[in-house]
Formats: sequence, C-alpha cells, structure tokens
Amino acid sequence: MKAIEARDVVLSFGETPALRGASVSVAPGEIVAIMGPSGSGKSTLLHCLAGILVPNAGEIHFDGRRIDTLSENQRSVLRRDHFGFVFQFGQLVPELTAEENVALPLLLGGIKRAAALAEARPWFERLGLAGLERRRSGELSGGQAQRVALARGLVARPGALFADEPTGALDSLTGEQVMDLLVSSARAQGTTVVLVTHEARVAAYADRQVIVRDGRVNALVHS
Amino acid sequence: MTLLGLLEREPSHGYDLKRDYDTFFSRGKPLPFGQVYSTLGRLARDGKIVIGEVEPGVGPERKRYVITERGATEVESWLTEPVEAEPNLQTVLFTKVVLALMLGRPAEEYLDIQRAAHLRRMKELTEIKRTSNLVDTMLADHGLFHLEADLHWIDTTVARLDALRAVVRG
Repeated sequence: MKAIEARDVVLSFGETPALRGASVSVAPGEIVAIMGPSGSGKSTLLHCLAGILVPNAGEIHFDGRRIDTLSENQRSVLRRDHFGFVFQFGQLVPELTAEENVALPLLLGGIKRAAALAEARPWFERLGLAGLERRRSGELSGGQAQRVALARGLVARPGALFADEPTGALDSLTGEQVMDLLVSSARAQGTTVVLVTHEARVAAYADRQVIVRDGRVNALVHS
Repeated sequence: MTLLGLLEREPSHGYDLKRDYDTFFSRGKPLPFGQVYSTLGRLARDGKIVIGEVEPGVGPERKRYVITERGATEVESWLTEPVEAEPNLQTVLFTKVVLALMLGRPAEEYLDIQRAAHLRRMKELTEIKRTSNLVDTMLADHGLFHLEADLHWIDTTVARLDALRAVVRG
C-alpha cells in the first residue's frame, strides 16, 4: 500500500534537467525525508509529488489515483482538500491574525468562519502558542510563525503534509521544537509527511530518508 | 577524573560515587565496584583524596572520601582545558576512502553505506531525545552534532572524489 508514489519522473526547466527518472514511494502515515545537495532536485521532486509541478514524463500517484494527468484546476482542488503545506518562511498571510491563518484551509474549503476558527483554536494550546491567537505574523517570532504555519498545514487533517525546509530559517533548538511538534502531530492524526531538508539532524526525525542526487533517487536509507 | 569531580561536590562513600556515576555517566555500562575502589585507592595514593571519617555499620566499615586541595586543583584545570580538537585526517573513514580510490574500488558506495549508518544512528539518537530526560538529550545532542559533522565531510568528499582519485592515483 502506497500513499504517494513517483515513477520515473523526468522534469526539465528549459534546457536544464532537474529530475532524470526519480522514483520514490511513501506508505500511509509514513514520514519520509528527501535529502540531497543544493540543486539535486529534491524540492522539485516534492513539488511534483504535491501536484504543484507536472513532470515531462513519468507518473505521480496519490492514494492510488494518478494526479499528474489532472487539470490545473483539479490539482488545485486536490491540494486544497487533501494536502497541507509548510514552507521555509512560514508564508503566513500578514493581514490575517494567527488564528485566521490557521483556519485558512478550512475557510477555503467552505467551512463557515466561526466553525473554522473553533477548529483552529485548539492548535494554539497543542503547539505551545496559547495567547497568540490574535497576533499578526509580524508580531510573532520565527519559531512561533513556523508553528502557526504547521498548525495551518495540519488543521484540515490532510492525507499528506508536504514540508519544504520547514526549519531552514530557524535556529537549531527552535527548529528541533518545530520538528518534534510536526512529527508528533502528524503521527497523532496519521498524516503522511514528505519533508525536504538538507540538514541531517532534521531528516533524523523521519521514519525513512531518501537521497536525491543529480535528479535521481539513488540511495534509499531504511531506518 | 569523573570520580574526582564527583568528590568535589561533597565527601562521599564509594557506594554513593558509583550510584551517581551510573546515573549520569555510565550510559548503560555500570561502573564495577572494583574499579571504583581501585580508582579511589590510586587517587588517595597520589594525594588527590584522603579518607575521612569511618562509619561503623552492620557490614564492613564505610569510608568517606574527601577531595584534597591538590585534587580540587586537578579538577579545575581539567574542566578549564579544552579537549583536543582532533583533525580527523587519520580516521578509519578517511583511510577507507583513500585506500578504495588507490585500489580502484567504489569509494562512493562505501561512503553511501557509511551515510546510511550515520543516519540510522542519528535517528536512534533523535528518538532518545524525543523520549528522554534532559541529561540524555544533551548526550544525544553531542552525538548528533558529531555525526552531522561527519556527514558534511562525507558529502564534501563525495563531491571531490574525482579530484581526490586523481591525486591518490597519480
């Protein structure tokens, strides 16, 4: 059983090849870290798995359904309804409060504001953010903002969470707190996680590590 | 040195020293009583500790060990002197890579295997951190940072293998 799978994925940006036949699969509820040097194609692979980029060749599957052949609109709905995202710099909406940011995926999914906020609030206690619900992103530290981003990524109970260098902008201790929360929250709700990182200490939180080099997944490390 | 350091806190019995050593430093390998008392004997011989009051009890008499000025000075200089930073150029891993390149063997494969072993150990240490107390967390951190440094070295070496091969094979 595979939650997410890439088969022989090829993708070039103009003349520059990024992926040259990358294959990887992730089991339901598994946490996999994609590692590799800069320019190896690890973020491109994550974006393909998450339906953000469409490969030139090869296949991407999510929950047994091929997703690389879906239309732009269908992929957008898939991402909204089934995927959560955490990026390096939180990318919170600065005009919204922290709780509105967390509730955003629910609001976009058509849930009424009061219900969405009610769903969002328990995450603040859970992630050590109690009291910060009404703050805007500019009033949060980097670690707090990233925890808000993590709550936003998980609030809709997505089938998969995609995290691209989620601790890249944080100091090591704050980064570890975020990873600890990411792993425990994802495990608690059975969310499959694909994580891109160049830091081995971050990757060590995953169940399994995958190394991307020159656009191929050429070393699988079973832990 | 650890036992001497423990004695600087307060005069203690051998039993108490062993208990504290095992709690904080043994990492699953308890210190044998014989080693505790042989170390204490050596420290006493060297004038770093003395035997204080002897307490009679049901069993054998219990000796309380006391650190001397000389012992305390030694602890102080040990604590303030940095541990030698090893250049790591003669590690087993380095020797393996160079030998592999000299012999035309797949050095990159060996490094990949080593990377996998390092990542496995890092995962174990991370799990220890997630489930243990602060003392174990700090020890795990020490291991993690060292393993991470090795991994940086492995990655850089992989990127330089062709150049290194040219150097070692002439």
